[in-house]
Amino acid sequence: MSRIAKRFAETRAHGRAALIPYVTAGDPAPGVTVALMHDLVAAGADLLELGVPFSDPMADGPVIQLACERALAHGTSLRDVIGMVRTFRERDRDTPVVLMGYLNPVERMGSEAFAEAAGAAGVDGVLLVDLPPEESADLSGLLERVGIEPIFLVAPTTSSVRLHHVAAAARGFIYYVSLKGVTGSRSLDTNELGARLGPIRALTELPLGVGFGIRDAETAARVARVADAVVVGSAIVRLVEEFPEAPEQFRAAASALVREMRTAMDAARMAEAPATV
Amino acid sequence: MKQAIDWAAFPDARGHFGPYGGRFVAETLMGALDELQAVYEKYINDPEFVAELDADLRNFVGRPSPLYLAERLTRELGGAQIYLKREDLNHTGAHKVNNTIGQALLAKRLGKTRIIAETGAGQHGVATATVAARLGLECVVYMGAEDIQRQSPNVYRMRLLGADVVAVKSGSRTLKDALNEAMRDWVSNVDDTFYIIGTVAGPHPYPAMVRDFQSVIGREARAQHLEMTGRLPDALVACVGGGSNAIGLFHPFLADESVAMIGVEAGGEGVATGRHSAPLCAGRPGVLHGNRTYLMEDDNGQIIETHSISAGLDYPGVGPEHSWLKDLGRATYVSVTDAEALRAFHRLTRTEGIIPALETSHAVAHVLDLAPSMRSDQSLIINLSGRGDKDLNTIARLEGIEL
Repeated sequence: MSRIAKRFAETRAHGRAALIPYVTAGDPAPGVTVALMHDLVAAGADLLELGVPFSDPMADGPVIQLACERALAHGTSLRDVIGMVRTFRERDRDTPVVLMGYLNPVERMGSEAFAEAAGAAGVDGVLLVDLPPEESADLSGLLERVGIEPIFLVAPTTSSVRLHHVAAAARGFIYYVSLKGVTGSRSLDTNELGARLGPIRALTELPLGVGFGIRDAETAARVARVADAVVVGSAIVRLVEEFPEAPEQFRAAASALVREMRTAMDAARMAEAPATV
Repeated sequence: MKQAIDWAAFPDARGHFGPYGGRFVAETLMGALDELQAVYEKYINDPEFVAELDADLRNFVGRPSPLYLAERLTRELGGAQIYLKREDLNHTGAHKVNNTIGQALLAKRLGKTRIIAETGAGQHGVATATVAARLGLECVVYMGAEDIQRQSPNVYRMRLLGADVVAVKSGSRTLKDALNEAMRDWVSNVDDTFYIIGTVAGPHPYPAMVRDFQSVIGREARAQHLEMTGRLPDALVACVGGGSNAIGLFHPFLADESVAMIGVEAGGEGVATGRHSAPLCAGRPGVLHGNRTYLMEDDNGQIIETHSISAGLDYPGVGPEHSWLKDLGRATYVSVTDAEALRAFHRLTRTEGIIPALETSHAVAHVLDLAPSMRSDQSLIINLSGRGDKDLNTIARLEGIEL
């Protein structure tokens, strides 16, 4: 069983939704990232999403664009990010790590070299925002050979025909983009969310993670009632800007936010429990 | 003997030109691209649509544009007969409007109420704002903050036409960042918004669709040259940023094996300096803005900043069909520096009484070298893709004059 499958089996068994914080690797500085990853796990993260910085993050809002610019100013490369996962794994063998980014740095490194290095470092999943299932067969094959699960997005605009494609190509979990927009956008409608997830559940056994637009503990809690996992990115990354010269304070603030979300999500599930069991 | 390529069969159903092209975008846009492809394929051969498009090109754009024999320049250079395809005479002053007219008609059929576009030099932005004004559609144009500085006349034109021009301050603050921002807008407003991409790049079906709308240039030029001389030209020369004016001229000639095709990229301060915008001459294949194509990137796959005196060529990628034509050897790609383009700008202005855009001046610059190497019974066509009025501030400033 993959590390991702094992982790979702555990969260399901405990009746809780998984919490997946996203941070951009190398932001605010490369030396901060591994310590931050351990902090987030200690604060209640079940899986981690590690953003690979890219010069042209087309699907990201201003918060993650700036995070990419900060990380790139330090020269953070894809090889560096893989190195961070390798270091993280020295102390944490259990928490799944998903790399999230764009295709071009992977192609430049070479798909095969990337798959081998990432697999050896202990990467569990790869989500490339601009690589839809239609174009993914070659890379997915290479990733699966080294035990890495290709993760794909489903959006509110995904047709039922495409949903079949995505469900067939996806491994690990499906990442449902909760709104039409870039990362960090406002106004996630959690009421509609449950209805949106139904047709996806009918097609796949994979856990459904929901992300984009989850800004606070209250929203995270509402999403946790209907989703298997809650992904939080910009709300955490935004905190870097609050403590530009103080990475320690940023780490503490990020941990506090994750802890707050964890508590709110678990409370929401507990409240639901009698009704759903 | 090489197998003849059926050029009309490309791209394939998923938008590939050999290894290039495709559709590399976030999932949220896949549905909109499917919808666009369906409406495009439905109407491109629909007689009623084609008639409406042709009427607009005739009555609103002013087509056909003349094919003009540049007699003085030809005489001075002492080689091939030089013909200019006068896209600068189109309404709005460049070839860009051929495409915006077509895409706007599709937007209307899709019932979209809002148009967005990216622009570099502002020519595509103006052409988009123009068709949006004509159809009464809301229009937002994304433009790099740096480009807004160097192309202020076009910014004012867009605003006069009712467009909201948004300054893009991320990244290198030029065309590529404007494209990123337009994509982000489209993801966020996909239900009511039509994204009019201005070049033959982006996710499928844009490279094919924009090419088809721009191919009117080559169809006309081919017929005009045949009528004027009784034969085909020996060479076609066009500047290449994203490559829409070049592909528009080249495509109808692809099966004419005797016709050489030369795309001229922006060499900036010289390809050897690294400060240029010439991915076909000095880049390598990668994935950006929805398609696989030649790119300017560093060793880590990050897109690097480009340099060109011409905002319209200041782009790190290029249309995927050009990448394919390069690999096949069907077209050749060269570069011309800022300084060479400037000299050509003045030369054409003084010799023929035609002020070319700085983008177009790159194509003219290459011909200053090419034409003398050809015989006088040979001929070539330059795509005179745009007029230079928008560049007067830039040129004047270089000469120490504030307008």
